[in-house]
Amino acid sequence: MARVEEAGDRDENKEEETSWWSPEAVEGGRGGEGPSGGSRGGGGGGGDGDGGRPDTQPQPPPPPPYSDQVLENVLENVLQFLVCRRDRNAASLVCRSWYRSEAQTRRELFVGNCYAVSPARALRRFCGARALVLKGRPRFADFNLFPLGWGARFSPWISAMASASPWLERVCLKRMTVSDADLAFLARSFPSFCDLTLICCDGFGTPGLAVIAELCRNLRVLDLIENDVEDEDEEVVDWISRFPETTTSLESLSFECVNCPVNFSALEALVARSPSLRRLRVNQNVSLGQLRRLMVRAPHLTHLGTGSFRSGIDEDLNATDLEQAFLASKSLICLSGFREVAPEYLLAVLPVCANLVSLNLSYAVITAEQLKPVMLECHNLRTFWVLDTVGDEGLRTVAKACKNLHELRVFPFEATEDSEGSVSDAGLVAISNGCRKLRSILFFCQRMTNAAVVTMSKNCPDLVVFRLCIMGRHRPDHVTGESMDEGFGAIVMNCKKLTRLAVSGLLTDKVFEYIATYGKLVRTLSVAFAGNTDLSLKYVLEGCHRLQKLEIRDSPFGDAGLLSGIHHYYNMRFLWMSSCKLSLNGCKEVAQRMPNLVVEVIGDRPKDLDSDTVEKLYLYRSLEGPRDDAPPFVSIL
Amino acid sequence: MSTTETAHSSTESDASGLDYEETQLTLAPPGASRSDPERKRGLSDDHLPSDSSQGPSGKPPQSKAQVVGWPPVRSSRRNALKSCTYVKVAVDGAPYLRKVDLEAYAGYQQLLTALEEMFSCFTARNYPNERRLVDPVSGAEYVPTYEDKDGDWMLVGDVPWKMFVASCKRLRLMKISEAANLAPRAPQGCTKEQ
Repeated sequence: MARVEEAGDRDENKEEETSWWSPEAVEGGRGGEGPSGGSRGGGGGGGDGDGGRPDTQPQPPPPPPYSDQVLENVLENVLQFLVCRRDRNAASLVCRSWYRSEAQTRRELFVGNCYAVSPARALRRFCGARALVLKGRPRFADFNLFPLGWGARFSPWISAMASASPWLERVCLKRMTVSDADLAFLARSFPSFCDLTLICCDGFGTPGLAVIAELCRNLRVLDLIENDVEDEDEEVVDWISRFPETTTSLESLSFECVNCPVNFSALEALVARSPSLRRLRVNQNVSLGQLRRLMVRAPHLTHLGTGSFRSGIDEDLNATDLEQAFLASKSLICLSGFREVAPEYLLAVLPVCANLVSLNLSYAVITAEQLKPVMLECHNLRTFWVLDTVGDEGLRTVAKACKNLHELRVFPFEATEDSEGSVSDAGLVAISNGCRKLRSILFFCQRMTNAAVVTMSKNCPDLVVFRLCIMGRHRPDHVTGESMDEGFGAIVMNCKKLTRLAVSGLLTDKVFEYIATYGKLVRTLSVAFAGNTDLSLKYVLEGCHRLQKLEIRDSPFGDAGLLSGIHHYYNMRFLWMSSCKLSLNGCKEVAQRMPNLVVEVIGDRPKDLDSDTVEKLYLYRSLEGPRDDAPPFVSIL
Repeated sequence: MSTTETAHSSTESDASGLDYEETQLTLAPPGASRSDPERKRGLSDDHLPSDSSQGPSGKPPQSKAQVVGWPPVRSSRRNALKSCTYVKVAVDGAPYLRKVDLEAYAGYQQLLTALEEMFSCFTARNYPNERRLVDPVSGAEYVPTYEDKDGDWMLVGDVPWKMFVASCKRLRLMKISEAANLAPRAPQGCTKEQ
C-alpha cells in the first residue's frame, strides 16, 4: 500500500511552491482536486499552455515553479502509461510534483485492506480513479473464523465514490459485504459503469443482480466468483431476464455461485444477443443439453464454465452432438464447471484439449481412468485444478502430459481430518518430476514425507507459491515419523523466488527458523497447528523482511512472540492469530506502542471480550484509527 | 458464520474402535507409551486453560473434537461436494447467525453439544422429554426449534434424526417464553436418535 506521505523533504521550497502552485492562481491549470480527465495538456511536452494564459501573477517568466508546471503536464502524459501500482507508488514518492501528477493519473485504486484508509481520504487523493479494487476480510474468514457481521462493507466506499466522481467504470471486490441496496446504488449512480467482479463476497442476492442487469446499459463484465449469494426461496428474482432486450456489450458473464435455477430461455436469448461474449460460466442448474445450446449460440467463447455437465431429466443428449459443439468452439482456452459431471460425456471435450491453457476439474468426481484420455491431450495446460479422487495415478498422468504446467491445485473430495486421502507423497513426487516449470501448488493430502517435499524443492526451483495442507493435524512424515521441518526447510532454501507459503503437519520451531533464514521474499505465510514456542513467531517476524500477511491459528505463540514484531507491523497488511496463547495485556501493549495499528480482539460472543485470554486477534495498519462500524463482539484496543 | 465439524465420522470410529491416536505412526513399538513429546495442543476449543507451560500439553486431541474451519476448504466447495445440509442457527437476542452442517452430526445429542459449544454461554440441561439450553448468566432457558420444509416451527427432537436432517431448513434457539406457541409435541415419545 502506498504510504500517503507528502514529499515534505523539500521544506525550503514548500512555501514558494504553494504560493505559485495554488490551483486558484493558475488559470486553466489542472489544479488539485475535482474531476480529472479535463485538462490534460494534449500532445507532447510542448503543451505548456503558457501563451494563452491570461491572468496568472504578473511576474516575470520562468522561476522554477513555472517549469515545474510544464513538467507536470509532461509527467501526466507519461504517467498515464504506468499501470502497475507498485511502480506508481514509487513514482509518487519522488517529489511533490510527481506525487500530484501520479495522483491525478491513477485510474485504478487498489486498497488491499478496506480499513487501512477511509474512502474519503483515498478518493480525495486519487480523484481520477475509474476503477476500485478493494479487499475486505482476510482469507481466514473463508473458514468460518470470522463471525458474521464483522465488517468490510462496501456501502461507505460506493457512497464516497458517488460524491467524488461519476466516472466509475469498474469495481472488483474480494471478501466484502455488498448489499442489494449497494448494487442498486452502483447501478444508478454511474452511467459509465461496465465491469463488476465480486469474489468471496456476501450480503447480496438476485434482487441486486437484477438491478445491475437492468440499469447498467454498458455492462461488459459481470463475474460472480465463489460468493455467498443469499436468497430466501420466496425472494428469488429472475435477474437474467432483466438484461436489456437489445444487443448487449457483455464480454464476460460468470454466475456459478448463484445457486438458484435460471430462466434458461432468457439466458439463451441473452447469449444470442451478446456478440462480444467471450467468457461464460453458468451455474449447476444448467444441464448438459442446455449447455450445448448455449455453445451453439456462442461459438467464439474463450472461457466456458460448463455448469452441471450432466444431462437433465428427460433430456436425451447425444454424445456426438455434444462433441460437435466442442469441435465448433475453436477458441476455447479455459474450461471449468463439471459440477455434477457425468463421466460418460467427459470425452466430448477432447476436441478442445490441445488448446486448453486452464482446466478446472476440482468439482468433478472422477477417477484416474476417467481423467486419463482427457489429460493426455492437454499438452498446453498451464493451470490445472483437480479433485483428489484421481489419486496418485491421476497425478502421474498429469505429470506425463502437462510439461508446461505452472499452477496445480489438488482439492480433497472429503475435507475432514480423518478421511482416507487419495493422494500422497508419491503423487507429489510424480508431479515434481514431470512439471519442472511449476510455479504454484496447493496440495491437500493425508500422507506426506519430507523426501517428497525435498524432491519437489529441487525439481521445481521456480516455485513462487507452495501450499501444502496435510489434513490430519500434527501428522509427521508417514515413513520416518519425523516432523515435516526438513521438507518445508528445503522449499524455502531451494525455491528462491518463493513469496507465498502455507505449512502443515507436525512442525517444530525449527521450520520457522528455516523460513526466517531462507524465506526472504515470503510475503504471505499461513500457519496452523505448528511450532513449539514463541521463538517460532520471533524468528519469522525478525527474519522475513518482506512479510505482509501472516495468518496463524492454533499454535502455541504468546505475547513474547507478538511483541517481537513491533518493528515490522507497520510494514504488513495484517496479522491474524487465533487460538494461540495471547493475553489481553500483550495485545494492549502492542496497541499502545503502535498508534497507527488497529488491534482488534474478536470474540464469538461479546462476553468473550472480558476474558484475559485473547481467542482471536486481528491487527492491521491504518491511517484512520479505530473503525466506527465495529460490531459488539469486536473490541478495538 | 461458524461451522463445527466432527473430526471423525462418529459411526465409523465407534464401530471400528479405532481412533486417531491408535493409528498414528510413531517410532515406538506398539503398546509403548503414548506420550509424544512433540505433540502440541490439538484443539481449537474456545477456552483452553491458559497455562504457561510451553512444553508438551499432556492432553492429546480428543477424537470427537470439533475443529472450526479445518481443513481449510471453503464452505462453497464443501457444500458442492455433498448434499447441502447447511442450516442457519439463530439465537433469540443474539445479533449474529451461525451455520451448521446437519450431516456432520450423527444425532440430536451431538447437534446439541455443538450448539452448546458454538454459543458456549449455554449449558445443556436435560429435561426428561426435551433438551434445553440455559444461559448461566441470565438464567434464561432456550429451547432448540427448527423450521421445516412446510414452514412450520417445531421442537427439535420430535422426529427421527434422519427425517429431521431432511426436513430442517433452519434452527432457532427460542426463549422458553416464546416456545409456548409452538406446535405441541407428538405424544408418541419416540425421540429416537440416529
